Amino acid sequence: MLPPDKLASPVTVLGSAVELTADGQLGSAFLVSMGRVLGGFAIGALVGVALGLSSGLSRWGERIFDPPVQMLRTLPHLGLIPLFILWFGIGEEPKLALVAAGVAFPLYLNLHAGIRQTDPGLLEASRVLGYTAVERVVHVVLPSALPQTLVGLRISLGAAWLSLIVAEQVNADAGIGYLINNAREFLRTDVVVVGLLVYALLGLATDGLVRGLERRLLRWQVR
Amino acid sequence: MAGAVSVRGLVKEFGDRRVLDEVDLDIRPGEFVALLGRSGSGKSTLLRILAGLDAEVRGTVEVPGTVSVAFQQPRLLPWRRVWRNVSLGLRGAGKQKAAGRAVAEKALAEVRLTDHVDAWPLTLSGGEAQRVSLARALVREPDVLLLDEPFGALDALTRLAMHHLVDQLWRDHRPAVLLVTHDVDEALLLADRILVLDEGRIVAEHRVGLSRPRRRAAFAELRTRVLADLGVDDVEAA
Ligand SMILES: Nc1ncnc2c1ncn2[C@@H]1O[C@H](COP(=O)(O)OP(=O)(O)OP(=O)(O)O)[C@@H](O)[C@H]1O
Ligand SMILES: [Mg+2]
Repeated sequence: MLPPDKLASPVTVLGSAVELTADGQLGSAFLVSMGRVLGGFAIGALVGVALGLSSGLSRWGERIFDPPVQMLRTLPHLGLIPLFILWFGIGEEPKLALVAAGVAFPLYLNLHAGIRQTDPGLLEASRVLGYTAVERVVHVVLPSALPQTLVGLRISLGAAWLSLIVAEQVNADAGIGYLINNAREFLRTDVVVVGLLVYALLGLATDGLVRGLERRLLRWQVR
Repeated sequence: MAGAVSVRGLVKEFGDRRVLDEVDLDIRPGEFVALLGRSGSGKSTLLRILAGLDAEVRGTVEVPGTVSVAFQQPRLLPWRRVWRNVSLGLRGAGKQKAAGRAVAEKALAEVRLTDHVDAWPLTLSGGEAQRVSLARALVREPDVLLLDEPFGALDALTRLAMHHLVDQLWRDHRPAVLLVTHDVDEALLLADRILVLDEGRIVAEHRVGLSRPRRRAAFAELRTRVLADLGVDDVEAA
């Protein structure tokens, strides 16, 4: 079998998980990391949705926002860490910024594409029915864009967790990444594995959340 | 009495291509007019203008009453259940929203779709979806009903059933109808008057003075003449 300093046995991992939970370390680390993801997600979603709506709904918005965003998205956002550290220091800000960047791009791209895919025939039909421009956006354009936007949301959440893990590896004085890094110093592979498992579970949980959301919101689609 | 549709000297150009060339058209209230013409002759363009979807034209276009349109594709909102799609027709027609469900159910009963009131549009067959589209057009109690090849995408049997349905609905509600179609038999079966559009001009007009419901055998001779106006020799078809 594997030596414990390479990989701990499942029994040890389970034991450590119970221990870490009991003494509150895991709980507080979890809360810190969760806070970072939620904060970064909120900022990124706000930016992504605001820009996506502007450039999806107006030609002017598209001309202003789309070229720079399309240019920036070719950049792997995780490569921005050094810049973010230079700009924001080593506190919470660069972590939030990295998560936000990971979230904003997929949301923007998918929302924008979704809006542009709206069937012109439906828009025409709703015009004949007397819909105003605002009503057409609310009742036709946004529902049309919803499936694609949910795809974007799922990618965003994946990117959020990935960004968090990377950001917490680089430096952190709290959170799951800190827990893992700390454990590494003391060769506690069991704790490292517990941390990884928590990451995995959180990723699964958010993915499940979006799936649930899709099932509810896209009931009208025949699959 | 004022006409349901009154068009004078209508000219429509896309760039320097003239698609409608000095068109005059009158439709009396309750009159059923069919518009025939080869592909690209400007039928849909004319219908879109009457529907108020294209205002960049010269000439006068007067459609004073409530207008409903049914297109070749049903154009239902897939995220709204069938009855909601029908009650959408009430918008802009000065109707109360509260009565929506009841009105929608009544209209769906008229097009024989009582079983699908709560269905999602994507679960409907082509013919069913097209009947929902008709119901949506009818709940507005339109003065003018514009139909742009509404049966074009349907199979032959469904189309026959739809002809009877439209005939029945028209007799019950009596809107003025402009039906754009490629199907000469359809026009002869349903219309009071047949117009032939060619290169943006109305080049022929036929009155169909037959009683309803009509049988195909009754209009064989008129059919030959209309086909001739469309540039088709009826001998091979006969
Ligand atoms: N938005 C547009 N821009 C430029 N040309 C157009 C536009 N819409 C229609 N046309 C042109 O106008 C002409 C008439 O088109 P229209 O759709 O009215 O034909 P139609 O009689 O309905 O044909 P079909 O029977 O195939 O439906 C066509 O040559 C078409 O290419
Ligand atoms: Mg057409």
